Amino acid sequence: MISLAGRDILHSSSKFVLTGLGLGLLIGVTFTMAGVYRGMVDDAKVLLNNSGADLWVVQKDTLGPYAEPSSIHDDVYRGILGMPGVAQAANVTYLTMQVRKGDTDVRAMVVGFLPGEPGEPDYLIAGRRVTRSHYEAVADVSAAFAVGDRIRIRRHEYTVVGLTRRMVSSGGDPMVFIPLKDAQEAQFLKDNDAIVSERARTAANPALNRPGVPGLLDAIEATQTSNHNVNAVLVQVAEGRSPEAVAQEIRRWKHVQAYTREQMEDILIAKLIATAARQIGMFLVILTIVSAAIVAFIIYTMTLGKIREIAVLKLIGTHNRTIASMILQQALGLGLIGFAVGKIAATLWGPAFPRYVLLEPGDAVSGFVIVMLVCVLASTLAIRAALKVDPAAAIGG
Amino acid sequence: MDASAGIQIEGLSKRYGEGATAVDALREVNMSVAPGEVVGLIGPSGSGKTTLLKCLGAVIEPTRGRITLGGKVIYDNGWKISDLRVLRRDRIGFIFQAPYLIPFLDATDNVALLPMLAGRPNAEARARALELLQALDVAHRARAQPSELSGGEQQRVSIARALANRPPVILADEPTAPLDSERGLAVIRILNQLATQYQTAIIVVTHDENIIPTFRRIYNIRDGRTFEEVGEGRMLQ
Repeated sequence: MISLAGRDILHSSSKFVLTGLGLGLLIGVTFTMAGVYRGMVDDAKVLLNNSGADLWVVQKDTLGPYAEPSSIHDDVYRGILGMPGVAQAANVTYLTMQVRKGDTDVRAMVVGFLPGEPGEPDYLIAGRRVTRSHYEAVADVSAAFAVGDRIRIRRHEYTVVGLTRRMVSSGGDPMVFIPLKDAQEAQFLKDNDAIVSERARTAANPALNRPGVPGLLDAIEATQTSNHNVNAVLVQVAEGRSPEAVAQEIRRWKHVQAYTREQMEDILIAKLIATAARQIGMFLVILTIVSAAIVAFIIYTMTLGKIREIAVLKLIGTHNRTIASMILQQALGLGLIGFAVGKIAATLWGPAFPRYVLLEPGDAVSGFVIVMLVCVLASTLAIRAALKVDPAAAIGG
Repeated sequence: MDASAGIQIEGLSKRYGEGATAVDALREVNMSVAPGEVVGLIGPSGSGKTTLLKCLGAVIEPTRGRITLGGKVIYDNGWKISDLRVLRRDRIGFIFQAPYLIPFLDATDNVALLPMLAGRPNAEARARALELLQALDVAHRARAQPSELSGGEQQRVSIARALANRPPVILADEPTAPLDSERGLAVIRILNQLATQYQTAIIVVTHDENIIPTFRRIYNIRDGRTFEEVGEGRMLQ
């Protein structure tokens, strides 16, 4: 028996392919939306992986440093280093801001780190690590900086000496790594006008500028122009030690909050990107419904265009099963073309998106199954219409 | 005439609707067509021609009466839809007013489809189709799509399709309507030849004044009743 569906598809191949192409682009958008969500989750995991930490110690009662502001003294890490089970501990700062390069600026997360300590970017794709204690930076390649570029962060200029990859914040902003002292200054230090104004105000205060206490005013002013805060302390636990147990000790004795890797992942994925994930989920549902409606409409229209032929087929003894199978095969064929076009389109345009789009093979398999199921469901309307065709309609006017 | 072959219709009635709105489309119709015979069925619009054809084509069930097609009594002993489908496939050939060829199948496969539906192997069905296309002088268009065929060629392909399963009965519903008089007469000539060659009983429903004189026997249907008339049986050259 010849394939009626196959012959019909070949006969109206241009119409079929164009329809499949349109459907495919829609499926491509659906895949991309799923890829954006996967990318967000993956970015969050990569952010945690690349920090090289087992524990994140932050200000008490905060979800810092990525989800909420956190500020702790930069000497807290010393006490933590002395605790049992802690192998390494280092201060880090995180600040999302505009980084200027020439006339343009890029939104980036500026990370302050100590070379050789947790928080330093793990690998570089170009250039070298930061070796000087000031004014050198390593940037993520997505910031579009090149090695040797001069960038401005607050009042200082930095030379980009290295490039890294997949180092972005949970918001998708590229990270720029600078020495910790510079980062602390960038984040906490007031600008010159504010310092002058503050000094004048302090000097005018008789309680702080007492004639009989020389050096008091200088000491107060010195505290106003220096800052010893960081956003978090990254901790690596000793081999064989439970991160949760060490975290409990830190919480108990240091009056700070300590998060394990799992807890931090939960904060990033379940809290920080939860709304975005729900948003994308809604889009996915709507796009799936729209795709189903389009397939149903196309197959239904194609079937209605063949009512006379279907009546003739039924009159000459074609089984209902054969007619239903023809329509179903056409719907599946359309889904197959749509899936192939959608997958290729999503793969091609994915890298052009500003955020990382992760197309997982598992999602492609699930997508294929969903597309085929949608096509089967969408074809039922057309099959119903075809089965209702009276063979008598082929006879007479 | 062999009562077990051809078409036998006895006391056939068909009523649409019930009560006051009931319409009797056919009233006690009696007809017979012998194997190898071509008879004309004429009558004004609304006289019951299409209803009769639909009853004979096993697509609507008559209210009363008996139809024997190729020796088989239909609508007898509680026929199922699947039985009627097989009957239409194997024992009745249909020729329509327009050819109604399947647009996505070429001429050969349009004809071969019927034997294929009957379970014949593709090669055998296509060989049979080519043989019929040859007999109808359209074998040179065997690979052409319906849209590439002329009106006359399409009608000949549809005749070949009607003959594909060697049915004992062919029902032709105004087969010359879309054709000019010359091509219309050519179709009737072909039907007569095929009726003789394959011993097929053929009923041709027509309004075509050109072809009515070609029938030896004509059934004139008026208000659901048939009246047998003797036709001119003008020889077809």
